[in-house]
Amino acid sequence: MSDYSLSDDDYYNDEDMFDITQDDDDMNMDDYTEDFKVDTNSKRKSYEIEYESLNQPAVEKLMQQDVAYIIGILGVDSSIAARLLRHSSWNKERLIEKYMDNPNTILVAAGVTAPEPPSVTSPIRTHIGDRRTTRSASKIISTLSSSSKTSSKASSSSYQPAQTRLKAERFVCPICYDDSSDLQTASLDCDHLFCTGCWTTYITSKIRDEAEHCIRCMAEGCCLVAPDTFIQSALAGEGEPTWARFQELLVRHFVSCNPNLKYCPHPGCTNTVSCPAAASKSSLTTVVPAVSCGARGIPGSPEALTSAVAAKEHYFCFGCPIDSDHRPVVCSVAKMWLKKCADDSETANWIKSNTKECPKCQSTIEKNGGCNHMTCKKCKHEFCWVCMGPWSEHGTSWYSCNRYEEKSGTDARDAQSKSRASLERYLHYYNRWANHEQSAKLSLDLYAKTEKKMEDMQITSSLTWIEVQFMKKAVEEADKCRMTLKWTYAMAYYLARGNEKELFEDNQRDLEQAVEELAELLEQPIEADAIPTLRQKVTDKTVYVHKRNEIVLEDTANGFLEGRWKWNARVEGFDEPDQADLV
Amino acid sequence: MASISARRLAKELHEIQTEGCPVGINLLQADDFAAWQFTIEVMGESLYQGEVFTLLFRFDKHYPISSPAVQFVVTDGKTSPVHPHVYSNGHICASILGNEWSPVLSVIAVCLTLQSMLASCKKKERPPDNDRYVRHAPDNPKKTQFHYDGNSP
Ligand SMILES: [Zn+2]
Ligand SMILES: [Zn+2]
Ligand SMILES: [Zn+2]
Ligand SMILES: [Zn+2]
Ligand SMILES: [Zn+2]
Ligand SMILES: [Zn+2]
Repeated sequence: MSDYSLSDDDYYNDEDMFDITQDDDDMNMDDYTEDFKVDTNSKRKSYEIEYESLNQPAVEKLMQQDVAYIIGILGVDSSIAARLLRHSSWNKERLIEKYMDNPNTILVAAGVTAPEPPSVTSPIRTHIGDRRTTRSASKIISTLSSSSKTSSKASSSSYQPAQTRLKAERFVCPICYDDSSDLQTASLDCDHLFCTGCWTTYITSKIRDEAEHCIRCMAEGCCLVAPDTFIQSALAGEGEPTWARFQELLVRHFVSCNPNLKYCPHPGCTNTVSCPAAASKSSLTTVVPAVSCGARGIPGSPEALTSAVAAKEHYFCFGCPIDSDHRPVVCSVAKMWLKKCADDSETANWIKSNTKECPKCQSTIEKNGGCNHMTCKKCKHEFCWVCMGPWSEHGTSWYSCNRYEEKSGTDARDAQSKSRASLERYLHYYNRWANHEQSAKLSLDLYAKTEKKMEDMQITSSLTWIEVQFMKKAVEEADKCRMTLKWTYAMAYYLARGNEKELFEDNQRDLEQAVEELAELLEQPIEADAIPTLRQKVTDKTVYVHKRNEIVLEDTANGFLEGRWKWNARVEGFDEPDQADLV
Repeated sequence: MASISARRLAKELHEIQTEGCPVGINLLQADDFAAWQFTIEVMGESLYQGEVFTLLFRFDKHYPISSPAVQFVVTDGKTSPVHPHVYSNGHICASILGNEWSPVLSVIAVCLTLQSMLASCKKKERPPDNDRYVRHAPDNPKKTQFHYDGNSP
């Protein structure tokens, strides 16, 4: 009691995240990559981390190595070694130590052998510390059932449905009450006999509904754990998919016990990433362990087979639960920001709206693309969707859409104006944060429409497949940069004022401007004869945007390695901020 | 194969009707295999002397492989017992209804366990997180993942 958890939705939602790698995903296109002059073979950058992607069989091999090791040391069979390892959270040293200390204790705890002497009338099982005895439920059951169980001593718990176990008295399954003469039964080493139908239903339910890999005997209070061979037999035939799910659960458990490994959080994916460089908590203040399992989209779904932008590569953070790439900001700051956004969600909700009023004529403007350069249909006024300022001034050195101009201290004397100032400050960053996410999504929506048109063009004009791919690459790059930009606002919100922050914001602004220019190009109407010119422009801009993104990522990553970033709030794992920097 | 759930509940009901319920427990309603109600009171000396509670069992097609949803009825003027493992909305924090459920347990076995849980109560009080829990509780107590302490049955 006293503690419980309701399944809450996570406070972050990153379904819109995706990323592209520099290598080509689906085809060898030498002349195509030549266009983009992206170096695919360069060595690791400061914002990249070394990791390896493993598929399920590769992880199973690691598990088998551990099992073989334990068999060699303890001289037990593989089924016992596996159950001992799972019980010990795959900590081999601790398992060996405990086994050497007292093999029986750990064999009982792992559900391999029954405790001695086996108590026939065990009291209702309570948790450790509660020795209160109550009327035996086993007894209740036997008075309820018309006959009690009988069975001859089974030699092992291998799943052997057989009537030979039955004596003359007819067996009634204590769960389904079936007493047919041809009833097939099975039991673990404890001899608690049940019909095979009930075993199959029970095992299926444990695996399917409860995602449980440790399956105990069905008898009340019996702690024996079914060996894998028993489970496999119970699931033979129709249960094949459940058996596969069981093996996935074993892999997931193994991965969760190993700090060097993390299971891909994308739905339906069974890959694992190994990243020892980010296994320790202390490493997370100097590096953002963005990793990818290498797969794209939802495995098995049709979209994964196409090259559609929708089939995003499985990026996630190795260091925290955020299931996307949150570079350049480190985990602790990213988490603080998401928590702040969740806490303030009501205040900030209005920002997500897709319509605003023209700052000049007040007519309603709807945003339906990723570009933030808006032109009012009615009065032709050009303005910025984010700051609502005139577009003409964007891109000039004296105008900064990204930087928050802090009010001087004298403006905020009383508590009320202080809290208004702090809300304004937060909304500045949140507005831009949310806008990049929204713009990325709108760009993808728009591109989905364009993609179809481009494919048609390939048929009706002399353009080749490769020649119509430049848009896709550009959309992917723009999306990737928007994700970087998005997180730079989380970073800037917590950065202490000063030179370092200003340089950070200069890089941020340069990237933002480049991305907006690319986004504008992407919304140009597509006509077959204009394609070569558009292609050149888009390709050049894509290469430029890619470089700006590298600069932001690299400089921020170097800053973390050098300990250059100072915060305006207390951040887990970092030094206490200067009193003067606190906001 | 006919539904295990229906066959099993038919059998349990038949035995209740022919052999009767244990002392202090009475079948109130069992019109179908979806929901049953029992009255429950603690016999002999206890903190709940003279109090009669109503227990509601809800079964899905996975019974008895998965546990029934069990709670005290708190409508029509009925109340749940004031007990450290019973919330004021009637939900019960008991491990045998959750991770320690065994398919060999029966409806009557659950009633007896809850009866003995009440009988052994030392102090009438609600769980410390009662208000917070009740505010957010799902309709079906099985949707809650209780964390059992050392004393929950
Ligand atoms: Zn059965
Ligand atoms: Zn058993
Ligand atoms: Zn994946
Ligand atoms: Zn992270
Ligand atoms: Zn206008
Ligand atoms: Zn602006």
